[in-house]
Amino acid sequence: MMNAVTRNPEAISEASAPPVKMRARKLDFFYGDSQALKSVDLRLYEHKVTAIIGPSGCGKSTLLRVFNRIFELYPKQRAEGEVLLGGGNVLDRSVDVNLLRARVGMVFQKPTPFPLSIYDNIAFGIELYERLPRSELDGRVETALRAAALWAEVKDKLNASGLSLSGGQQQRLCIARTVAIKPEVILLDEPCSALDPISTAKIEELIDELKASYTLAIVTHNMQQAARVSDYTAFMLLGELIEFAPTTEIFTSPGDRRTQDYITGRFG
Amino acid sequence: MTDIATTKATAALSGDHAAAARHAMLNRLRIGDRLFGLLTRSAAIAVLAVLGAVIVSLASGASPALARYGFGFLTSLSWNPVTEEFGALPAIYGTLVTSAIAMLIAVPAGILIAIFLTEICPIPLRRPIGIAIELLAGVPSIIYGIWGLFVLAPFLQVTLQPLLIHSLGNIPGIGGMFAGPPYGIGVMTAGLILAIMVLPFVASISRDVFTAVPAVLKEAGYGVGCTTWEVFGKIVLPYARAGVVGGVMLSLGRALGETMAVTFVIGNARRISGSILAPGTTISAIIANEFTEADGELYTASLIELGLILFIISLIVLAVARYLLMRIEQKRG
Amino acid sequence: MNRVYAKRRRRNFIAMSCATLATAMGLGWLMLILGALLWRGLAGLRPGVFTEMTPSPGSAGGLLNPIVGSLMLTAIAIAVGTPVGILAGTYMAEYGRGGRLTQAVRFINDILLSAPSIVIGLFVYEVMVRPLQHFSGWAGGLALALIVIPVVVRTTEDMLLLVPNQMREAAAAIGAPRATVIRFVTYRAARSGILTGLLLALARVSGETAPLLFTALNNQFWSLDLNAPIASLPVVIFQFAMSPYDDWQQLAWTGALLITFAVLATNILARLLSSRGSAKS
Repeated sequence: MMNAVTRNPEAISEASAPPVKMRARKLDFFYGDSQALKSVDLRLYEHKVTAIIGPSGCGKSTLLRVFNRIFELYPKQRAEGEVLLGGGNVLDRSVDVNLLRARVGMVFQKPTPFPLSIYDNIAFGIELYERLPRSELDGRVETALRAAALWAEVKDKLNASGLSLSGGQQQRLCIARTVAIKPEVILLDEPCSALDPISTAKIEELIDELKASYTLAIVTHNMQQAARVSDYTAFMLLGELIEFAPTTEIFTSPGDRRTQDYITGRFG
Repeated sequence: MTDIATTKATAALSGDHAAAARHAMLNRLRIGDRLFGLLTRSAAIAVLAVLGAVIVSLASGASPALARYGFGFLTSLSWNPVTEEFGALPAIYGTLVTSAIAMLIAVPAGILIAIFLTEICPIPLRRPIGIAIELLAGVPSIIYGIWGLFVLAPFLQVTLQPLLIHSLGNIPGIGGMFAGPPYGIGVMTAGLILAIMVLPFVASISRDVFTAVPAVLKEAGYGVGCTTWEVFGKIVLPYARAGVVGGVMLSLGRALGETMAVTFVIGNARRISGSILAPGTTISAIIANEFTEADGELYTASLIELGLILFIISLIVLAVARYLLMRIEQKRG
Repeated sequence: MNRVYAKRRRRNFIAMSCATLATAMGLGWLMLILGALLWRGLAGLRPGVFTEMTPSPGSAGGLLNPIVGSLMLTAIAIAVGTPVGILAGTYMAEYGRGGRLTQAVRFINDILLSAPSIVIGLFVYEVMVRPLQHFSGWAGGLALALIVIPVVVRTTEDMLLLVPNQMREAAAAIGAPRATVIRFVTYRAARSGILTGLLLALARVSGETAPLLFTALNNQFWSLDLNAPIASLPVVIFQFAMSPYDDWQQLAWTGALLITFAVLATNILARLLSSRGSAKS
């Protein structure tokens, strides 16, 4: 298992690898008794987009949900191993899970605006950690909405319900909400799977802009999308990380037979 | 202690000044978080404690009567405050008979209404009629009581009751059930009022259960040329049987425990009469009528013991209802 | 026509006619009851009903003291029952979902929900009236609160369970602690449903009589003292209807009309609220 993961580091270091922002090491994950991740080792490079691909049930979403410990909402799920962020292990019980989630934001498959106004959807997250004067809060909300390329569309109806927006707009609102609390890493769990092609294109554009300020990881079942938006790609199968390499490399000359089969559409 | 550990770990993790501010903010939220969790938990436990308290307090309130009469209380016919001889049988009998009459009428009628609502009724009318039936279920029981006393009882006294006495009353065997003068009030009137009261429950629960029958099953029935009635009898009812019975048990629980609708029209006679036209009493009616006037420890204790018996009866009925409803849920997966 | 088929058709026709007839009768009862209520109740409805105290037999009077008493008792019931009910329901749906405590509470709550209300009255008599040695408005309010709680617990749990988990995940993902997620996101998403439950509970207790008979008792006179017996509309209706005096019986009808109107209005409001809430989501 280990050699599957370490097969490529040389290749990456040759390409003058950027600094590592977040890293999973020997990560196992269990839903009750069944194991969903087997000794996964994955690096997220700073200011890069890492795509995680693989057939359904391969554990790609599970892996993402370990990075911000969102799986802990459910009593029977547990993770073993390490996830390193800035030198500490975020799986350590003493790490405050809410602080962690403020540093590692997440955008979900289905747009999930809160049943609040557009403005409050964003202000809610900010006010969890900071008490700001109204004018400053207004500024932060505007910045976040601009960062998510949504400002022009909603600036005249900030008090409308977040649920009144279209699906694509809702998803950008969720990205704005995540950006607003200034995280270091943003996890995207199939963020476009519920959206139409035009909205998808907008989100992809956005991801490209966001990587200047953030480190991103995106789970997707759409290989073209992975090829378009990511710098690095990880291929997973049955809970194991099969291959990890720069995206161009994965898609042009995959090192593993199974990766090649998946990419050429032989299964999944 | 954990807080210090947390601070260290997070500081090591970030070493960032903004994170320190966040951390202070979060500490405050976390205390609120713990408090809120604790609060909800204690509320849940409080609900749990109420039931225990109900049983314990009723048992302790009834203990003088329990000690004095033992099991004889259940079978004794006497109810005499002067000699302090108390027995529950007339009240238990009245409770069971009135509820039986109510269910005998309300169950078939309620199921028929449910058939109408799910099979016959024109679609635009289904919702309004369904809502009207549900509103009928929301009318307070005291309204049924006052209507029964002033409208239904006098009406029965001059119409249905003389008719029953002169027709069925003369038949040997069952004639005794319809003997005696027409009082208007009495066991039958109470049963009728209860029937009107639980009818909306039976109807709306049955309707919900029937609507849950998969359409493909019904279509299969119609596909082989069944009539509506045959589809209902051979497909809908067998499929929904447990649910209907569960709903009927819930309604029975209501009928058994109902106080006001019955107290107005039962006549409050503490004896058992063979005739359903005669006045009688029920557990809840006797408590409602006599509790505040009860003087003496044994009198009060006997009434509380009646309450305990009523509570236990309704517990058993509820347990059966829940068991049946649980079974259909399991069947549906 | 085939004879067998003709027979089946006839049977079907009879059964369907019975069903239609049963529905007509069911609705007929509603008409009869509401009709009698309007007919007899309106006859005695005059401004004095709302401004005068309950009379002694043979003299004129109104229902001011029982109306105010009922409002006070209902207010206590809602004020005590709502927080307990909502918090317990929150525990069941958010903190202890599927846990043993939750299952136990759900079972017990079902029992309380269908317990005869007169038994609740006996219970409050045992734990409050007897030790304190006097009937009181507080005891009446508590008895009604015990009827409110199970209704609110049930609807709160049901409504919170309807809130999609993604909503909770999304709020947790921006670092909101659990209590914050619940208070600012899930409560808001379930708001109209929980409010509907409260209104249904309100409708249920405003007509309850049996639990008040030996807790709040009754009071012929004007009293706002919750430590003393207090009048309530249902108990006054009971007392006056069972009396032999015409004036009292008339007041009972008028009171019954008022209660029914209030209960039906609350029920309809709850229904509108829940249909609007479900149409939105």
